[in-house]
Amino acid sequence: MEFKNPQEGLEQFSRRVTIVGGLVLVCFLLLFARFVWLQIIQHDYYRTRAEENRISLVPITPNRGLIVDRNGEILARNYSAYTLEITPNQVNDVEATIDGLAEFIDIETKDRRRFKKLMEESKRFDSLPIRTRLTDAEVAKFIARRFRFPGVEIKARLFRQYPRGAFASHVLGYIGRITERDIGRIEEIEAEANYRGTDHFGKTGLEQHYEFELHGKSGFEQVEVDAGGRPVRTLARTAPIPGNNLTLTLDSKLQSIAEEAFGDRKGALVAIEPSTGGILALVSVPNYDPNQFVDGITTIDWQALNESPQKPMVNRALNGAYPPGSTFKPFMALGALTLGKRRPEQAISDPGFFNFGDHTFRDDKKGGHGMVDMYKSIVESCDTYYYLLANDMGIDNIASFMGSLGFGSRTGIDIDGESEGTLPSPAWKKKRFKKPEQQKWYAGETISIGIGQGYNAYTPIQLAQATATLANNGVMFRPHLVKHITDTRTGGQRLIEPEPLKSLLLKQAHIDVIKHAMVGVNKEGTGARAFAGAEYVSAGKTGTAQVFSLKGADYKAHALKQELRDHALFIAFAPADDPRIALAVLVENGGFGAQAAAPIARQIIDYYLLGKFPQGAAPTDEAAKEADEE
Amino acid sequence: MMLRSLWQKLVAPIDGPLMAFTGLLLLVALIAMGSASPERMTAQLINLAVALAIMRIVAQIPPQRLMHLALPIYVLGVLLLVAVALFGDISKGARRWLNLGFMRVQPSELMKIAMPLMLAWYFQKHESLLRMREYAFAALLLLVPVALIARQPDLGTAILVLAAGFYVIFLAGLPWKVIFGLAAAAGAAAPLAWGLLHDYQRQRILTLLDPEKDPLGKGFHIIQSTIAIGSGGILGKGWGQGTQAQLEFIPERHTDFIFAVYSEEFGLLGNLVLLLLYSLLVGRGLQIALNAATPFTRLLAGAVTLIFFTYAFVNMGMVSGILPVVGVPLPFISYGGTALVTLCLGIGILMSIHKNRMLLQK
Repeated sequence: MEFKNPQEGLEQFSRRVTIVGGLVLVCFLLLFARFVWLQIIQHDYYRTRAEENRISLVPITPNRGLIVDRNGEILARNYSAYTLEITPNQVNDVEATIDGLAEFIDIETKDRRRFKKLMEESKRFDSLPIRTRLTDAEVAKFIARRFRFPGVEIKARLFRQYPRGAFASHVLGYIGRITERDIGRIEEIEAEANYRGTDHFGKTGLEQHYEFELHGKSGFEQVEVDAGGRPVRTLARTAPIPGNNLTLTLDSKLQSIAEEAFGDRKGALVAIEPSTGGILALVSVPNYDPNQFVDGITTIDWQALNESPQKPMVNRALNGAYPPGSTFKPFMALGALTLGKRRPEQAISDPGFFNFGDHTFRDDKKGGHGMVDMYKSIVESCDTYYYLLANDMGIDNIASFMGSLGFGSRTGIDIDGESEGTLPSPAWKKKRFKKPEQQKWYAGETISIGIGQGYNAYTPIQLAQATATLANNGVMFRPHLVKHITDTRTGGQRLIEPEPLKSLLLKQAHIDVIKHAMVGVNKEGTGARAFAGAEYVSAGKTGTAQVFSLKGADYKAHALKQELRDHALFIAFAPADDPRIALAVLVENGGFGAQAAAPIARQIIDYYLLGKFPQGAAPTDEAAKEADEE
Repeated sequence: MMLRSLWQKLVAPIDGPLMAFTGLLLLVALIAMGSASPERMTAQLINLAVALAIMRIVAQIPPQRLMHLALPIYVLGVLLLVAVALFGDISKGARRWLNLGFMRVQPSELMKIAMPLMLAWYFQKHESLLRMREYAFAALLLLVPVALIARQPDLGTAILVLAAGFYVIFLAGLPWKVIFGLAAAAGAAAPLAWGLLHDYQRQRILTLLDPEKDPLGKGFHIIQSTIAIGSGGILGKGWGQGTQAQLEFIPERHTDFIFAVYSEEFGLLGNLVLLLLYSLLVGRGLQIALNAATPFTRLLAGAVTLIFFTYAFVNMGMVSGILPVVGVPLPFISYGGTALVTLCLGIGILMSIHKNRMLLQK
């Protein structure tokens, strides 16, 4: 209990006020100390932080390089267009926003689906297009209402365009939005910074292989931004460096003629300049339109392309593996000469079949070709000759010689994802199969290898490369599509030097024997009809590859379902004495090579050597049927 | 002649030094507002006029009259707080406002003045006999409204009201052993209190300890305001030149975080001026308290002055990152009518106490 007089109370109050006053000072000094710490000692750090806050580096996407053919015709270019873009994390309700936009801008179900897909694949703060290629009227309509749509913007973007649509699509490939896999490739070469503003990436074809040439170098803009990230003003700018242009060895007129020659048939064609390896035409039909990938393809369109029985997305020239059929024979003969297994004039008697063990291998001509030497074996395409030869050479010799011509290994063309095909050998079989009884190589299997059947499976480009190597007297070049790369700033051109891969140890005399026989094919043999009246001397070889084993029955093309019909093949080069073009043609389920494939080769060579355009349409199925019945 | 006497009548109850310090602070406020949010200038000038008028009116009310009002105002305040708890409007997750039909009021704001009034009155009544029982009852008078405010929840106001009440009890002579005892008990209970805190309240304390842990979320305010202050340097970036402020990196830049705007643009020197003005204001207030005639006026003047200090310290501490973020404005400078009126009311009370110090000493 405490009694106080007023005086005592006043004194106590004074003491307490003094204490409190002291505390106030201490607290303010504490604050002052904090300010000194922040504003003097840590000032540099915070000044930097404030600058980092304020200044944002906005990447400027470089223009992608153009792709032009050897004559300068543009095959891939860019155009600028307005897109309507939504940044999902800045929008409360994406669906409602799109509905709102759809009131005055044409937004189709297709656009919505595509946007949904993009949203799933992207980060929430990416700006994603809901509509591309807005018309001026649509741009104006949106600008008048933009205040209603925070998080929605109009942007001018460059789009990739393939002006000729599906033309040469398997060569050009396409670009699409960057995915995780692409980021992996970018990180491999540590180009992340250069791709900060880029949202497209080459997916297939040249667009993929030359991605880092075509892309260019990103520019940067130093922009002052507010807390919401909205730019306030530009402080500095580093211009982007556009990507390099690709000039192809490809001749687009030749390519056109080749694509049209196929009509609505499926198949592939590869034409090479033998002395350089430069590819003049590379066809895989059916094509697809790469333009539909640029904006992001809809799931439905993607499924349609992928599930089509026509398989338009498969690059048959590089990824289709086909038995070469009789086009294999000139190479077999060359191998025989080189290994000393046959002399050119050495002849066999062909009864029309070859018995091996308890199996009969039949010739395609009933009763046989009579006495057959090497020349006749190629000109008339005698199977029996090669049954015997294969047996004499043995599988290991065949495999190693064919391997040296590039069969069964990637050619190294400047398009990614090329297949190896199958060069059959006991070693291959051992690797390919699991069960011991399947791993064993049977001598009988060697026989059909000799006529390009059996396990043989090569890509059309391998066949074309082997033909070009033969035409070039054994010097093999790496096939390539790009002739030179142009720096768009300096105009400087970087030539892609023809790259000799190897020089085969072949005797010129042997090569001449084979070339002579192949000239014979087009003059008096299986290719004679297709090349009748040609104003140049060409060399060729027809081939027909079995899809369906007939088990001894007669082959009647029209009686078989389309997809079970034989593949037609043809290889050729011309002029025979100084080849400027070598090619391989494959028509899937086309029937006989002489009828389906050789005429395509004729059109190509006519144009390439003489500048002659083909007359009339490509042979139809009807024509093939008639020919079969003759 | 007429005008002159009218002017003299008008300024008669006004204390010169107090008015000067307040005036300078209000000048700083207008300068800061001009940069942080020029579009609110007119509104703030109107608030200012109203607040100054109230200050002038209160300055003329003799302290005895205030003393008579203490109990009714307190009771009214508590009743309104209860009403808020029962029927209050919810805004931003907290129940703070009471809709009276014609206007919305925030009774917790009233409590900032009502609390020291009530306790000062209470201690004057029991001046001659202060036992533990009296202190305990005073504590009860304090804690009931504080608990009601904290429940809303409005931690900032609860702390200010608690501080206001505590200052009165402390100045009235709460024995030191009780103070130390309470401090020790609080220290021991801290871990327990941690368990009772709301998640968001804990988060605020954690954010204070390491704001960089969550730079885009909870830590954003503190990080951006410390960047603003630190980047200001000694002389500041100049009026209207603060990038953090002008590019809207500072949140609530016209209200609770206006100090960051000011500090970025006027630097350490500007902060020094501000601290000096607050120190002078508090000093003058404490001087008035020391000179006051009765226990009621002494305690009231002391407590009101220390509220100014508390506002200033808590706000600058939070904006510069040494105190947790609680909703306390910077006195006289943050935008907002209610706080300004409350503060000017306090100034008016101080002025009234000072003018009437002689009359009552007899």
